Amino acid sequence: MTTPNTYSAWPDARGRFGEYGGRFVAETLMPLTLELERAYEAAKEDPAFREEFDALLRDFVGRPSPLYFAERLTEKFGGAQLWFKRDELNHTGAHKINNCLGQVLLARRMGKKRIIAETGAGQHGVATATVAARFGLPCIVYMGKTDIERQKPNVFRMKLLGAEVRAVESGTATLKDAMNEALRDWVTNVDDTFYVIGTVAGPHPYPAMVRDFQSVIGKEARAQMQDRLGRLPDACVACIGGGSNAMGLFHPFLEDEDVRLIGVEAAGEGVDTNRHAASLNGGKPGILHGNRTYLLMDDDGQIADAHSISAGLDYPGIGPEHAFLKDAGRAEYVSATDQEALEMFQLCARQEGIIPALEPAHALARARDLCKELGPDGVVLMNMCGRGDKDVFSVADALGVEL
Amino acid sequence: MNRLQTRFAALAKEGRAGFIPYVMAGDPDLKTTAALLEKLPGAGADVIELGFPFTDPMADGPTIQSAAERSLQNGTKLDDVLGLVRDFRKADADTPVILMGYANPPYIRGFEKFAADMAAAGADGVILVDLPPEEDEELRAAFDRHDLSLIRLATPTTDDARLPRVVEGTKGFVYYVSVAGVTGAGRGERGAIETAVSRLKEASGLPVAVGFGVKTPETAAEIARSADAVVVGSAIVERLAKDGPEAALDLTRRLSQAVASARETEQS
Repeated sequence: MTTPNTYSAWPDARGRFGEYGGRFVAETLMPLTLELERAYEAAKEDPAFREEFDALLRDFVGRPSPLYFAERLTEKFGGAQLWFKRDELNHTGAHKINNCLGQVLLARRMGKKRIIAETGAGQHGVATATVAARFGLPCIVYMGKTDIERQKPNVFRMKLLGAEVRAVESGTATLKDAMNEALRDWVTNVDDTFYVIGTVAGPHPYPAMVRDFQSVIGKEARAQMQDRLGRLPDACVACIGGGSNAMGLFHPFLEDEDVRLIGVEAAGEGVDTNRHAASLNGGKPGILHGNRTYLLMDDDGQIADAHSISAGLDYPGIGPEHAFLKDAGRAEYVSATDQEALEMFQLCARQEGIIPALEPAHALARARDLCKELGPDGVVLMNMCGRGDKDVFSVADALGVEL
Repeated sequence: MNRLQTRFAALAKEGRAGFIPYVMAGDPDLKTTAALLEKLPGAGADVIELGFPFTDPMADGPTIQSAAERSLQNGTKLDDVLGLVRDFRKADADTPVILMGYANPPYIRGFEKFAADMAAAGADGVILVDLPPEEDEELRAAFDRHDLSLIRLATPTTDDARLPRVVEGTKGFVYYVSVAGVTGAGRGERGAIETAVSRLKEASGLPVAVGFGVKTPETAAEIARSADAVVVGSAIVERLAKDGPEAALDLTRRLSQAVASARETEQS
């Protein structure tokens, strides 16, 4: 077996990124993940698949998303130029649809008749329901009961799109439990079902496949930067729950070693408390949901509850490629608290006329620090991976505003 | 011969299938599990499967999920589970005990330490649901060093291309999951199970135990005509939760008798 010798060449044949990743699933699912890998490898090499994907990204999703100079935030922060990759302008309001589109096209190619997904904030659920509706496929979305409570608008959107939303009450009733339930569905419906995982985690080939579908973000941004500024950014910044928007942004920059890659985890009430979702900064390597990666857990290997004001970051794990990039030192992983995210949410709305999702509001807190650190000659590229419409209720609640 | 080999050799000699009840350690508390373990062999358990809890049991149905939650709420640790085996072993030197659960708790303990601690406690083998052959090298090496059995699962989706990989390195017995689904779900069809059992026996040269979705003495007996052992989990765990230990033991007795006499019934 050869070992990839560049950052972007992973995973290896076993689906590993260094020691992370792999295929830690029940035997019932093993043949299915192998079949998926074969189908994905074949699709990747098929120009017709690529063509169909690109055309729908253009006409259905609205790509390429703009590269935007955040002029008034740049002024406010008083340092480097801050640029946003506007993935919140995509159809359905987040980066999630890039991946859903790719996976549903693959499902069709494989002859699968039924789509299932897990969702936290509801963005991935909405995006999956959207693409399933577009192709007339039945869609079931598993969502933790806690998340259903705090993301009501997205629940209704999924229903409007014809999806069935199944409430998950087991465990902590959040994203990880929704993922458990989706895996239980898949293990039961092995013949006709395609499981659309929403982030760069899960058993191989999901982390690599989701990354590939999301890397359209970084490819576009890299070309747009060259085009507009004639240079690459000094740093790329993105928030991290499972890590799909960050991986999509980072991957095309992995070999540009002068470009710093910075992932921002959710520190909740603080990484030094037990109420956060920062797996890389506050966890250790373990095995969950099909892969070996950094996880929040106790000393006995029981998975800990994650906490974040943002339902999309509220996950006790992280995609294995991020775990690898952290250990390799190629990317830096920092965090932002609930409080910081709330401040940035409001600041971005007022300064730029963009209401960000709470997820990228985390990234903005560290982008601010970077702008100051790099000074006026610097260029910071941040992925504005989602818009904040879905969050207005929880933000109002956190600010004590009655709607 | 280790305990598992001895037990399956004895069953073969008797010409009957074995019965393997599953209980979750620490459900509803450790004291109850300890008392149950002590009485299971008397109720007809030929091998005991002792579940250890995990927060995210993604291959389990609602019954085992709830059992794991109850156990964790009581603070059950992997040390406690090994302690249960150690105490059981003091009074029973012969009944094999298999641990069953998910990979992360043993991984965090360290596979070598896990194997050493299991051997010291007197446990015989393990089933780790989310550790397929592709990922179990390290555990397998540790288990070989301590003469413990790593029991793999074969399922209805395990095709011929994959089967050799699944049975290679498997020790003790092969566990056939009779239905694509979670624990406690609907059962597999009898003819399909018979075919699978003979295919697995041939490929592995090992005894084959069948589980998942086996709930009643009638079903257990049907499976016992072809399988070397029958595993019942959810039904016993559910009975324990609803009606207490005596009722769970009573169900175990009825199941084990149905399994033990299954081949006589067919012959007569």
